[in-house]
Amino acid sequence: MSIEIKNLSFAYKNKQALDNVNLSLATGFNVLLGPNGAGKSTLFALLTGLYQTKQSTININGFDLFLDKAKIMSQMGVVFQQSTLDLDLSVKQNLLYFASLHGISPKKALLNIETILSQLSLTERLNDPVRTLNGGHRRRVEIARALIHQPKVLLLDEASVGLDMDSRLLIISYVRNLCQQLNICVLWATHLMDEVEPDDQLIVLHQGKVQAQALCNDLCEQYASNDVYQLYFTLTKNTEAV
Amino acid sequence: MSISQYCYCCMGIIKRELFRFFKQRSRLLSALVRPLLWLIVFAAGFRAALGISIMEPYGTYITYQEYIVPGLCCMIVLFNGMQSSLSMVYDREMGSMKVLLMSPLPMPFLLCCKLIAIAFLSLMQVYIFLLFTQFVDVEIMWLSYLTAAPAIFIIAFFLGSLGLLLSSLIKQLENFAGVMNFVIFPMFFLSSALYPLWKMKEASMWLYTICQYNPFTYCVELLRFALFGQFNITAFSVVIAVTAIVSTAALLNFRPKFKSKG
Repeated sequence: MSIEIKNLSFAYKNKQALDNVNLSLATGFNVLLGPNGAGKSTLFALLTGLYQTKQSTININGFDLFLDKAKIMSQMGVVFQQSTLDLDLSVKQNLLYFASLHGISPKKALLNIETILSQLSLTERLNDPVRTLNGGHRRRVEIARALIHQPKVLLLDEASVGLDMDSRLLIISYVRNLCQQLNICVLWATHLMDEVEPDDQLIVLHQGKVQAQALCNDLCEQYASNDVYQLYFTLTKNTEAV
Repeated sequence: MSISQYCYCCMGIIKRELFRFFKQRSRLLSALVRPLLWLIVFAAGFRAALGISIMEPYGTYITYQEYIVPGLCCMIVLFNGMQSSLSMVYDREMGSMKVLLMSPLPMPFLLCCKLIAIAFLSLMQVYIFLLFTQFVDVEIMWLSYLTAAPAIFIIAFFLGSLGLLLSSLIKQLENFAGVMNFVIFPMFFLSSALYPLWKMKEASMWLYTICQYNPFTYCVELLRFALFGQFNITAFSVVIAVTAIVSTAALLNFRPKFKSKG
């Protein structure tokens, strides 16, 4: 398994954000589906070591997050929900800075950057300040940044939220292709049900608890649902989240 | 991780700080205008009022402008250290701090690189300021640029660490005004930057005592001696000691904290 989580709980003062989460994710495209406030971003913060908690086990690619954080970080790419790009710097400067934080030489980093940016149709924006890019382009730069060090695990927290349909389709299809080509583990967190495909491994997170985890098709069959929308409402019993 | 990877990382962090600095032209401008105003306007006014007697390390009477140059250099370094702390708070609010925290390299190493970058920026700003001082009849020997460099670097490391420590304590960007009032101004005015301590002793014994315990006083004296090609062992020892304490506190405070009940 690429990601193994056991007995993970987390609370913010009086609010329980995650309640005894147990997950096993293999390589492939995994969708973490849940409404706003379900605990998706908290789960990401814990998986990336930004938050820590006792009495739980997080294993990524065979390494324990608390004991081998450095090894895990060198194999993990992350796109956070909130933009983390430096607006004052250019696309190239942002990407080179990130590469340097992973100990990659500028020469090698530039080769990777050129390849990834051409795949994301961003080559011509290489020297532009990030401040001048639109939301879709900024997201693409963040995805490019998450891939520079050729990670084996890729975490994307609501990476398509706030983008127009074309940008959303481009980003999600790019990540799906990448997942197949490189055989990596992708965890795609979203609250948009149209981003889930029947063959995806689906995890439904609601009020800090994992409601279900299996292939989307299998879950639909198990819960006698016609599609992911119906499945989602069956699992969460929350019609407000449409 | 190999040594070369550590080097690439360090260079990357330094480059980023330089890029950011040169993008913010107003920062360079204000870094120079502030001490130049003190040197040209304030010092001209007080020159007549404040006579400076023969004192170490100077071998003869000096002008007031000449006296306050080391203090103003330290002022540049102090403001740069605090500005960098502001940028850390900004990074945290804008989310770009996460990028740093996601690095596989150890956090103390990353923060040390950040401090080295801050020190480089300080050194550069002080050198530019020293070039300007030639126009107000303050003579700085070319050799002084060399002898002052290690002193500026150590002082910048100390004040940068102080900035990092403060930035880890400041929750919001707006709180930085408090740093100005409660850290920068008291540190600067309660030191030997603008007046010799014997003058302060004549005016108030308890203020003199505070000045003596202010580490910034020793920063100013370390640089004063270094600019004169001399080494002040007391000032050096104090600055090294406070740098060790403050940088350790800053590095420890940046570790991710346990936040869960679980």
